[in-house]
Amino acid sequence: MRLIASLLVAWALCALPAQGQSTADTSRIVTVGGSVTEIVYALGTGDQVVGVDASSVYPEAATEKPSVGYFRQLPAEGVLSLNPSLVLALEGTGPPTVLDQLRSAGVRTEVITDAPTVASAEQKIRTIAELLGRTAQGDTLVQQMKRDLAEARALRQEATSAPRVLFIYARGSGSMNVAGRGTTAEAMIELAGARNAITGFEGFKPMTAEAVVSAAPDVLLLLTRGLDSVGGVDGLVDQPGIALTPAGENRRIVAMDDLLMLGFGPRLGTAVKELTVKLHPELETASAAATQ
Amino acid sequence: MEPPVLTSERPEAERQDEAPASTNGRAAASMRAQHRRRVRLVLGGLIGLLAVAVGASLTLGAVAIAPGQVLAILAEQVGVSLPWAYETRQELVLTAIRLPRVLLAVGVGGGLAVSGAVMQGLFRNPLADPSLIGVSSGAALAAVITIVLGSTVFSAWSDWLGAFLLPAAAFMGGVLATVIVYRLATREGRTSVATMLLAGIAINALAGAGTGLMIFIADDDQLRDLTFWTLGSLGGATWTQLAVVGPVLLGGMLATPLLARPLNALLLGEGEALHLGINTEQVKKLVITLAALVVGAAVAVSGIIGFIGLVVPHLLRLAVGPDHRVLVPGSALLGGALLLGADLLARTIVAPAELPIGIVTALLGAPFFLWLLLRDRKRGTGYSF
Repeated sequence: MRLIASLLVAWALCALPAQGQSTADTSRIVTVGGSVTEIVYALGTGDQVVGVDASSVYPEAATEKPSVGYFRQLPAEGVLSLNPSLVLALEGTGPPTVLDQLRSAGVRTEVITDAPTVASAEQKIRTIAELLGRTAQGDTLVQQMKRDLAEARALRQEATSAPRVLFIYARGSGSMNVAGRGTTAEAMIELAGARNAITGFEGFKPMTAEAVVSAAPDVLLLLTRGLDSVGGVDGLVDQPGIALTPAGENRRIVAMDDLLMLGFGPRLGTAVKELTVKLHPELETASAAATQ
Repeated sequence: MEPPVLTSERPEAERQDEAPASTNGRAAASMRAQHRRRVRLVLGGLIGLLAVAVGASLTLGAVAIAPGQVLAILAEQVGVSLPWAYETRQELVLTAIRLPRVLLAVGVGGGLAVSGAVMQGLFRNPLADPSLIGVSSGAALAAVITIVLGSTVFSAWSDWLGAFLLPAAAFMGGVLATVIVYRLATREGRTSVATMLLAGIAINALAGAGTGLMIFIADDDQLRDLTFWTLGSLGGATWTQLAVVGPVLLGGMLATPLLARPLNALLLGEGEALHLGINTEQVKKLVITLAALVVGAAVAVSGIIGFIGLVVPHLLRLAVGPDHRVLVPGSALLGGALLLGADLLARTIVAPAELPIGIVTALLGAPFFLWLLLRDRKRGTGYSF
């Protein structure tokens, strides 16, 4: 009983100073979620990071930090053993009890909301910058992102095509899923001035040969690791149905780095620019001609 | 814990062990004394093992807390000051994270092992474990439904129960599947153990199909969530959780020894047990109810943890024979100690990350189980009940 009472008191004491969006003690930060880690590094506070989760694969330096594992299955004691002063966790981090346990152990734990939109990417950067007391650097990051997005928009206006793009999430040839409506991949495809070839369902569904043929995509979009896992372009074209699509016939297959493409972090502008050029070949030749 | 003096109603198998000596009364008496000493030794050893496992689990972990500090923190909770200094964070880690986790591991491990022991007794089959009566697959189906549809179809429930929705659903799913299996196997007040086994297989397959359907419509995050759930974890242990499932696990473990004598009689066969004055239908009902409640509660809070329910009673049967009066309390102790050991490995081996505990129990349990099988085949004895 006394134990429970003392825990409640401790929780209440720790919960109080954690209110509000004031600057936190940033001496030892654990970052959870690829885009959160990326933002913390982009703000120049990478040196204070003492631990990351398994999805934090960029920048390179982050991958050398101790990993606390998968972000939806965080170990409370593992995080605490890194003696953090601040835990920055992307929305969806769990289980919820672990976040409560971290807070009850007196560790300031902030959950960063996340959505596949430009506004959310900006919000993530600003929230984290404010917590780390680096609002100026945050502004610079946001401005840079907006400049890149504006350049991407300009490119998009030059583009003459609006290809139908099929995003394939592959983990080896036995496991290939395609992105439907409402996915992060679809949001990126639209930002890059193209259309999702799938309109019939929401979320990811296993890829079937007939569905691929009826979707008739002009371009196949994969993550770099995903394309490698099916044996590159040749391996992908050999998959059932792929060769019968316009994309397969013309071998129009685009690969993007996964955190860059799906993270909606500080590199969002760069990612949209890169994807826009890759999805509209007429731009590539135009820009190549311009530089010559 | 002390086994009562063995009487003539001991199971046949046990008497067979001593059969060559029974021609001579004095030799038989000395065999019995030897057996009692062995039982006492094994149970004493198990209590010691559990104590060591608890001590090690409290002391070791990702956050360093010295044994003296552990003692000092625990003593402080009951108002005694010891000379070891510690930090507030260490106290919070020990009292809010490690202690509930250790107690949960003891309860879940003991509960699973005891359920395994009584199920093996009831089915008179060394391969029986609680998953036979559908409790694990029913719980898994309910948990997977909650993970996949919890935020949409069942959002009202989810808002109301919050983090308790999944454990509550898993518990109900496990119990419901068991009730179905039991009903299918019961006709005119008689439960056929063989039908129950077959009905269990069918219900497991059905639940598996339902789980597969949920996997099909799950998104990426949900898929990973449910994969992790089926690998088990004690990481979510909190005092609130313990307060809810603790009584079920403890009550089950304390009640099962009452079934020991009837289960011993059942080993002779149902007809023989009936002639010995055992209400076999009632025994079956009690065993199934206990196993469903205990395993349902365990699965609800820790996901699916394999091999404890299967291997622990086996091990003990090898050491002390098939007498349930020893087997049941021994399984509780050994199950608790083994799960604690597995959890200790799971949370330290890749620290600061954590392995799902189901990986550890299967990784240690499966080779060990094979070794037991092969060793017994070599000796030509095999398993006898």
